[in-house]
Amino acid sequence: MERTTLTAIEKAAKEIRKQILKIALERGGCYLAQACSSAEIVATLYMEVMNLGPSQGAWRPAPFPGVPGPGNMDYQKGSLYNGLPAPDRDRFFVSCCHYASVIYSALAATGRICPDCMDKFNVDGWNMEMIGAEHSPGFENTAGSLGQTVSIAAGTAHARKLRGESGRVFCLLGDGELQEGQTWECVQAASYYQLENFIIVVDANGQQVEGAIEHQMVLEPLPARFAAFGAECVTCDGHAPEEIIAAANTAHPGKPLVILCRTRGTTGIPPLEKRWPYLHFVRISEAERAEYQAVYDAM
Amino acid sequence: MEMVINCHENNMLRFAAEHPEVLVLSADLGTSCEVKQFRSRFPDRYLTMGIAEQNMCSWAAGLCREGFRPFLHTFAVFLYRRILDQVEMSVAYPNLPVVFVGFVPGITTPGGVSHQSINDVAVMRSVPNMAVFDIGDATEIECVLDLAYAYNGPVYIRMLRKEVPRLFPADQPMEFNRARTLSRGTDLLLLSSSICTEEAMRATAALRQRGVSIQHMHVSTLKPFTDPALLQAAQEVRYGVITIENHLKIGGLGSAMADLMAEHGVQKRMVKIGLDGYAHGASKLYLMKKYGLDATNIIQAAESLLGASTGITEADLTAARFEDFLEV
Repeated sequence: MERTTLTAIEKAAKEIRKQILKIALERGGCYLAQACSSAEIVATLYMEVMNLGPSQGAWRPAPFPGVPGPGNMDYQKGSLYNGLPAPDRDRFFVSCCHYASVIYSALAATGRICPDCMDKFNVDGWNMEMIGAEHSPGFENTAGSLGQTVSIAAGTAHARKLRGESGRVFCLLGDGELQEGQTWECVQAASYYQLENFIIVVDANGQQVEGAIEHQMVLEPLPARFAAFGAECVTCDGHAPEEIIAAANTAHPGKPLVILCRTRGTTGIPPLEKRWPYLHFVRISEAERAEYQAVYDAM
Repeated sequence: MEMVINCHENNMLRFAAEHPEVLVLSADLGTSCEVKQFRSRFPDRYLTMGIAEQNMCSWAAGLCREGFRPFLHTFAVFLYRRILDQVEMSVAYPNLPVVFVGFVPGITTPGGVSHQSINDVAVMRSVPNMAVFDIGDATEIECVLDLAYAYNGPVYIRMLRKEVPRLFPADQPMEFNRARTLSRGTDLLLLSSSICTEEAMRATAALRQRGVSIQHMHVSTLKPFTDPALLQAAQEVRYGVITIENHLKIGGLGSAMADLMAEHGVQKRMVKIGLDGYAHGASKLYLMKKYGLDATNIIQAAESLLGASTGITEADLTAARFEDFLEV
């Protein structure tokens, strides 16, 4: 791995965090911890791991194009920002769509949408919604109901395998979402159909809405669980791009690959440690503003 | 009456041969849903998804996004009650042409309450972008896959299986969003769907003999529900409208017709015949009689609207067709 590539990824990750902290400061809150845990993962996927074509999406955010229906199927799909589909290109599905701000910021950091796109983030009537859907930049589908996107991505991978395409299908998940039974229905089916073109990337930040995962439900040992369902699972430090890249290069003949990225939702913004593990949506009070502003100014 | 055996089984083979992008997805009930031959004829196009309907639904969305045309086969009840969120968010919102082929609708199964899809029409009609077909005979089985294929969006089909009567001529195909007029008249309008049409035909024959002028229409497109012939018929009859369906009284054929009449200010009385609640496991004929989905109940409804007795007794009705107890 070229050191320059790693440096560029780290820079982009930093930019993603900075963008979302900016939003949190301007508007009093955001899904900030998700940016902290996934910034390196998303930047690494976009900049090194995935083989995506150049963005075909509009340079600037656009008004909400309407709900899909018989008379509205030609609206601008969010997936255009990941390039046009082609047999040898990869595809990217985001299941943890509360990470929408992370995806938009990653698109901006990698030149796929204008740098100031976050000005339209969560603004009424625009396509940069707080929780992404088909039309939101970077999104293939409507993922707000957890557990479904992994199956949609696997179905896409299955279709591509049936057609003999060489491109892969990536799906980004959170770890709390792994409590959904459908996830495991999907992994067993992806194993049955030997979808070696299917790669699940988990941002295992150990937190969910009500707190630490271990205080809500038994999830671990995740590597053994994925293996038992027939997938190849490799664990890495989700804040180390070189480890994510190495994990993505793991051989997994005849099996789907799961890249389990161990992360922390406070990385890069130390004051967040004080509220771990209650980090699903971070509000910044007036009393805390100066502390977070100082972090922002130092970025 | 001509009985057709495994009509869907054969039609699915014909249909799939014409459309190479068609896939069948099964949740371990393919052999009960007349796709056993499909599996041996097109093994690469038959995807076993295990007993895991949620994943099957979202997986189908992924296949569909890539240009395949998935036809999900399992019991109707598992395609709406169990997986509604997947139906809505994975398939209906993006308006993907996934076809849900739901078997043993309503009380056509002795499998009891867990197997009986009594409110599927109500639920699926409420899902935006979704079209809903309720199959009534062999001729409709032979048509519905092509209609579903031509529809620009997701489709839910209440399918019949095994021995199915041919009520309508094979050369008069089912039409999208068009009711089929089986009897013309000006006193009463009778709308029927699914297995209830055969009962409605028995009742209509007896009523006509007693001089009641009855307009009987079979409805198989339950959404959209905009056939102008239905509205016109409701406007033209003197005494009112009867609906009979293999479904709860709420949200199905009767509710759709009531909406249509109210929206157009058709001030006629209406009697809805259908289920009032959950049923239980028993033979189809037993359940139809027990819950009043039969010709006798239609006669009573007609007398109520006419305000007069017709004098028709059980003996005046043609014998109900015996159907053997089918497997679950």
